[in-house]
Amino acid sequence: MARISSRRDFLRKTAALTGGAVAASAAAAPLSVPPSAQEPGRPIPEAMYGMPSKYEAHVARRRSDVLKNRQNWSDWSMTPLQHQPGIITPNGLVFERHHAGTPDIDPAKHRLAIHGMVKQPLAFAMDDLVRYPSVSRFHFHECSGNGLTDWLKPASTTVQQTHGLLSGVLWTGVPAATLLEEAGIDPRGRWALFEGADAAAHARSIRMEKVLDDAIIAYAMNGERLRPENGYPVRLVLPGWEGNTSVKWLRRIKVSDEPWHLRSETARYTDPMPEGKWRQFSMVMECKSVITSPSGGQQLKGPGFYEIAGLAWSGAGRIRAVDVSVDGGRNWREAMVEEPIMDKCLTRFKAGWDWNGAPAVLMSRALDSTGYVQPAVQEIQKARAIAGFVQHHNGIQPWSVNAKGEVRNAIGQA
Amino acid sequence: MRSARRKLIFVLITSALWGCAEMGGRMAAKSSTGIPLGSTGPHAVQPLPDRPRFGQPMSEAELAAWNIDIRTPDGRGLPAGQGSVAEGRKVYEAKCVACHGADAKGGPMYGTMVGGIGSFTTNTRVLTPGSMYPYAPILFDYIRRAMPLDRPQTLSADEVYAVSAYLLNLNGLVSADAVMDAARLAQVQMPNRNGFLLDDRPDTRAQRCMTSCK
Ligand code: HEC
Repeated sequence: MARISSRRDFLRKTAALTGGAVAASAAAAPLSVPPSAQEPGRPIPEAMYGMPSKYEAHVARRRSDVLKNRQNWSDWSMTPLQHQPGIITPNGLVFERHHAGTPDIDPAKHRLAIHGMVKQPLAFAMDDLVRYPSVSRFHFHECSGNGLTDWLKPASTTVQQTHGLLSGVLWTGVPAATLLEEAGIDPRGRWALFEGADAAAHARSIRMEKVLDDAIIAYAMNGERLRPENGYPVRLVLPGWEGNTSVKWLRRIKVSDEPWHLRSETARYTDPMPEGKWRQFSMVMECKSVITSPSGGQQLKGPGFYEIAGLAWSGAGRIRAVDVSVDGGRNWREAMVEEPIMDKCLTRFKAGWDWNGAPAVLMSRALDSTGYVQPAVQEIQKARAIAGFVQHHNGIQPWSVNAKGEVRNAIGQA
Repeated sequence: MRSARRKLIFVLITSALWGCAEMGGRMAAKSSTGIPLGSTGPHAVQPLPDRPRFGQPMSEAELAAWNIDIRTPDGRGLPAGQGSVAEGRKVYEAKCVACHGADAKGGPMYGTMVGGIGSFTTNTRVLTPGSMYPYAPILFDYIRRAMPLDRPQTLSADEVYAVSAYLLNLNGLVSADAVMDAARLAQVQMPNRNGFLLDDRPDTRAQRCMTSCK
């Protein structure tokens, strides 16, 4: 909050300096030569890992301030989507969800074992895994719980809090099929358990069709080895599926003919349904979009031109189109969808908007290559029970803009 | 000069062809000089002369310390050992109560682990092992792999059976003199056994309305 108000202060100051944003061009002050041009900058160090400018320190992952856990080992932190241009999330900002904290695993000691219904159980060392033919794929990564605090009324302020369990990553690794075929899958082996080497030994049962289709045993992200909090030294990546199925710190794959029905796939990661039932193995993250600018907590500078920009994605395929509305969903127009448009990947959309200064409600609605149209929350509510800790929220997100240009979360209000 | 160049081209072509022969049916496409181009698709992998095999063979016995999963509907994988409700209470007071509170009713780290049975038809669903787990061996699997949070994978099989028996008893699902082992844990009838539906999404049929939509 402090940051938002200091930003407001800044805007107010800028407005005072320039005599108002719209009139800025009329009153630009003469330019002086800045100190950066009159003395050499920092020398190039022998070796170092580069960090963002000190002026970008506010761009950070944050835990939710809405749903506070009683501890911070089984918890999460969220990506600042309002600050992310493009479709790739820098590694230090990729969201986290752990069940027992972040382990520090020595890659030299780590092993990945494959066993169960296979011809020959195998163990792989990290320096052997990286010798296999590799694949690199761009995919979105989203937690099934993304949005769970904001279904029927606003609880979160910013898009980081409403949608920040979402990141865009270029994953590099070995197709899971390569390793499983080396072990030799028993034809009755229809499921595989993937298990982590963390203190939760987090595990999920995954259908073999998905494993053989596009699962990646990943050791790198966005051009470097995985970060500890994202599964170092090796993890599973299941494109388009709820994030927790992409088991981090992967130590074991066990093939079986039936699923395991662990706590993580019965008591958790299931969806409440009418009549006291729970929907299980709801893996695909369905088509969704959100406007990241202007978005909750931001302040418009006054009437005039704004680019409405956001992200769209679908676990079922590619984004086909995104529509935006500035009148709370009464009328829509098609936004520009920016290349590249990739399978199960974050996709950028943009639409110009001339704000006339009157209150407005901004929304986006995505369509994917299966023809599925992103629903409003009310439509989801017809099929599911929305009460409590509810996952798989892909409803349309409205942001309201008042006459003062303040942008607010308007879920359930529009 | 020219003949040296011709010789070089010849060597390149023959070695490329020789490479192809080794690749057998795995090669997807060739350039005009026979150099493999690779295929496209979700896993475009360069065709290789031979399939690399870097996995080190292991026996299931060598994997035993990691082989901790239980197939919870039938309890397959439950180890030998046993534990009573009374023993479980002792384990709980020593290793769990600090986070989960007295009688597992909630503590500084986590909410209640008892009750909630019958709450799923109301809008205040209370999720506990008693109300939520469809199969009792989930308790064994989860406690062994993840609890106590500060020292997981350190309990003996007897301790896990005992503390599972204790939590089941607190939830009214086994009697106070119950003793749990592989066979008996798998037989406990859990109230949410038939509480699950398989994913049947998409479950919405939104339309792409463009004008005067509401
Ligand atoms: C250091 C704190 C701590 C200790 C000690 C601890 N737990 Fe936990 N326990 C937790 C937390 C936190 C969770 C929630 C983890 C999650 O959901 O990811 C949890 C979850 C559980 C659950 C799942 C509950 C449900 O509703 O599904 C069970 C069962 C459990 N603990 C049993 C035990 C037992 C038995 C012990 C002692 C042997 C123990 N715990 C010791 C912190 C602790």
